[in-house]
Amino acid sequence: MARRENSEINAGSMADIAFLLLIFFLVTTTMDVDSGISRKLSEKPPENYEPPIIKMKNILEINLNRNDEMLIEDEIKQIADVKQIAIDFLDNGGGIGKEVDGVAGTACAYCNGNKSEKSSDHPNKAIISVQSDRGTSYGMYITVQNQLLSAYTELRNRYAKNHLKGKYAGKSYDDLLLLSSNDKENKDLKAVIREVKEAYPQIISDAEPTK
Amino acid sequence: MSKFAKKKKGLPAVNTAALPDIVFMLLFFFMVTTTMRETELVIKAPQLPNATEVKKLEHKSLVSTIYVGKAKDQVKFGSGDKIQLNDKIASVNDIASFIYSEQEKHNPEEVPYMTTSIKSDVKASVGTIHDIRMELRDINALKVSYSTRSGDIGLNTK
Repeated sequence: MARRENSEINAGSMADIAFLLLIFFLVTTTMDVDSGISRKLSEKPPENYEPPIIKMKNILEINLNRNDEMLIEDEIKQIADVKQIAIDFLDNGGGIGKEVDGVAGTACAYCNGNKSEKSSDHPNKAIISVQSDRGTSYGMYITVQNQLLSAYTELRNRYAKNHLKGKYAGKSYDDLLLLSSNDKENKDLKAVIREVKEAYPQIISDAEPTK
Repeated sequence: MSKFAKKKKGLPAVNTAALPDIVFMLLFFFMVTTTMRETELVIKAPQLPNATEVKKLEHKSLVSTIYVGKAKDQVKFGSGDKIQLNDKIASVNDIASFIYSEQEKHNPEEVPYMTTSIKSDVKASVGTIHDIRMELRDINALKVSYSTRSGDIGLNTK
């Protein structure tokens, strides 16, 4: 027998095999990032807990019925109105704020509202209460929550733009959040974000749904 | 000069020996960055509501997901809103033990950062969501995210 020379293995189809594998993984895997409206639930109240008495003017009452219709302060409203109503309510600043860390509350210096006697005293006292029916659709509920959150974001953006000093002057709240997602350990940035959040704290309560 | 002239002998084929390497690199990239779908859905894939004020959930391992929607097999499970935990349809009372078993997989110091993501269909009723919320409140799992897509909110109520 004649000795043949060791010929090289043909690797030409290796690429095809790798492509097949690649396409398999491309098709079977999902890359979706889970995103959503995040919310912190209130803690369970202790037994015999008596809720504090809150002035009616500091509560914005939103009712949703089982036909996905909406009442705000007993008037029929549409989804498009919610944001502006929430902004007017939160930004009213008609009185004196809540005591924070032992410092007595002051009037809201950064509010642009019309300081009406009949609306909220201060953003940190203003509560938005959403009461839905058990039959309200989840889509409607999320839509209302989304509009309320966008009202808060707009107010926070405005506050951040006009009232921040130093390194972050002129930045909006959205800009700050974006910066902080790239730079998680930055303590200054965190303090600034907290300041903006405390200017307009998110107080949205979910009332027990009606049956 | 004839030495140089000799080289003109038709184009040589492009060397494709490195092509498999490139493709393998892509392959490994996808293998590492993507996750296989872990749970098989027993309910109809929920049509998530749209929202604009969304926040991304970081640390996927710290998220426990609860699905809400109509069952695929409506003859067996009935036609109302169903709650799916892991890969079974469960009742509201099972949520506590589900969350506890999720928490057990993590260090105690990570537990406060754990989030419950509720992936619910737009057409589900708020009552079901409220029951889940009450159950989560009872066991002090207070961080909740209502899973949404980013998009036009007008489509939610149609």
